[in-house]
Amino acid sequence: MLSLSIRQISRKLKDGALLPSDVCAACLYQAEKLKTLNMFVRLTKEVAEIQAKEADSRYKNGNIRCLLDGIPVAVKDNYCTLNVETTCSSQMLENFKPQYNATMVQKLQNAGAVLLGKCNMDEFAMGSGTVDSIHGPSKNIWQSGKCATSIEHVHSVKVKCREFYQLSPPSSKGSCSTVEEDDWFIAGGSSGGSAVAVASGTVFAALGSDTGGSTRNPAAYCGVVGLKPSYGLLSRHGLIPLVNSMDVPGILTRTVDDAVTLLNVLAGYDPLDSTTIRDDFIPLDLSQDIDISKMRIGIPQEYHCPGISDEVLETWSEVADILEKAGAEVVSVSMPHTPSSIACYSVLNQCEVASNMARYDGIEFGLRTAENRSTEELYASTRSQGFNEIVRGRILAGNYFLLQRNYSQYFVQALKVRRLIAQDFARVWSSGIDVLLTPTTLTDAPRYSQFISRDNREQCASQDYCTQPANMAGCPAVTIPIKLSKQGLPLSLQLMSQNYRENLLLAIARWIESVVDFPHLELDI
Amino acid sequence: MFTIYTVTPADMNRLLKHNTTLIKFWCLQGNARLLNSKIPPIPVVKLTDENNLPPQTKINQETIELLERLSLVDFANKRGIERLEDAIKFADLIRGIDTSGVEPMISVLEDRTLYLRDDIVTEGNCRKEVMSNAAVTEEEYFVAPQGNIPLIPRDSLLNDNKSSKQK
Repeated sequence: MLSLSIRQISRKLKDGALLPSDVCAACLYQAEKLKTLNMFVRLTKEVAEIQAKEADSRYKNGNIRCLLDGIPVAVKDNYCTLNVETTCSSQMLENFKPQYNATMVQKLQNAGAVLLGKCNMDEFAMGSGTVDSIHGPSKNIWQSGKCATSIEHVHSVKVKCREFYQLSPPSSKGSCSTVEEDDWFIAGGSSGGSAVAVASGTVFAALGSDTGGSTRNPAAYCGVVGLKPSYGLLSRHGLIPLVNSMDVPGILTRTVDDAVTLLNVLAGYDPLDSTTIRDDFIPLDLSQDIDISKMRIGIPQEYHCPGISDEVLETWSEVADILEKAGAEVVSVSMPHTPSSIACYSVLNQCEVASNMARYDGIEFGLRTAENRSTEELYASTRSQGFNEIVRGRILAGNYFLLQRNYSQYFVQALKVRRLIAQDFARVWSSGIDVLLTPTTLTDAPRYSQFISRDNREQCASQDYCTQPANMAGCPAVTIPIKLSKQGLPLSLQLMSQNYRENLLLAIARWIESVVDFPHLELDI
Repeated sequence: MFTIYTVTPADMNRLLKHNTTLIKFWCLQGNARLLNSKIPPIPVVKLTDENNLPPQTKINQETIELLERLSLVDFANKRGIERLEDAIKFADLIRGIDTSGVEPMISVLEDRTLYLRDDIVTEGNCRKEVMSNAAVTEEEYFVAPQGNIPLIPRDSLLNDNKSSKQK
């Protein structure tokens, strides 16, 4: 049941084969069973059960709201949820209870979705591993010993299809070996909890946020679909901000079709978020198959960066082959400012962070220390205690770049480089490219021990290489799982399209998804 | 290695539905482990020449104090200072880029105008909710200690060889 798509489970609910309460109970059971993966900061069991019961009546009376009615979902712990603690995985907000719902949360509620819980994340969304959280790290379900991969149960047709399309053979390791307690594979970040929740079947969809790849990175490592919509399409009201000019709500699901379902519920102008675009949002309809032979796919050369694994490269190549063989025109393109993008992003990120974090002073909300000598001492002591060293480091760096003597050659320079990066994208689109095909991450999911051997800053600098340019340009990007690596971990690829062309982006993504037939986890319950 | 698999007619139909050229191509291909010609076989990125970068910035005591005062967070230890120096070194990679004639891009929505709404009250009267998350309140006021008192200076971290605060 838990491996079904939203459309499939919705069908069962409509037919009366299941009630929303049954599905909710199954998901709560799964959450409990997989507790050690630490995907949730908080399970909202009572809220979920009430919402499920209300959905039960709606189904019984035939007042179904939409496809999402009665479906369990989860949201990252940086979305304000009415009367439910929203911590951003930080001591600073450990006991913070918002008095309103973020627009994204409200829209899910209006659609009848059942909120199962708040997902773990890197503190204040700063990180690419979901290891820097006061609630402890989240663990990838793949190769965790908790679940068999469908490799062991794969239907012979699927194997033959893969070989027909000349994808490298899947992992020959067979069933996942139990990894030592202290050396598991990371979930990715910063929306790691959300990604594991979806991959594990604990929820049918989850919200993440994406500033530099924070939805796509964990989606890639956890073998799920991670959609970063165009900037301005989804409301950020109630999404605790990191970088106002780049943040977007992210959607995590098991299939592209499900991502479309979520997008159609969530997108659209919000008067409470002045950075949402006023254009009427036309819900996506992917019911018609696209003609791949009419598509122009761009392969940006600069996305082969140092550190990319052979397996990722091979996967990139195989999908390019698949597209070409189906008649699409696959062309090499150049986006010359890509190598500078990550350094530029680091400056802009840290500067906006320095500004956004200024609100945490202990007076109106959040942690407050007992310091009483002066406001400055109170602020300083509260903030030093409330933030971890990564957050503090970014605030200090941001303020360094904003100093009068540095402002022009760092901050303003970064804003100019941002335009150069955006222009790279504009040039590609005007040359007739429909989508760009690139890696999402440089490797499959790293082991925890390997990941923490490098500083958070260094990790983000390499892990975010392929994902953050989309945030600089504001264009939509989606990661889809393609196949498994030799270690039995998901390998994924990223597609990007012109701003507000999610219809094209997701149609092509869905086509690739149907062809590669990624071996999802067996989630029998 | 070139291997033939047997497939059922149902499989074949399903595959043919996608494309027929693939089947013919597959039959002709031998080992297809070489990369697609559009995928760059080696990294295209040229690591920045160390000599082209500006000299690495070392943070002095004055800057530490200034940043701590502006940020109202502390470096905590020497590692914090090193982290900042690494961040600056990384940021230096963009300083050499030629941006003459390029306008700064502050928002990707720069071509759109901000929406202004009518100046009518649509919500409010929620003092209780607004104050519900404050740790210290007095009647209907937020409470803060006295202002305009500068931070107490402390010992320089530059000479600190052990962490004063572990997190």
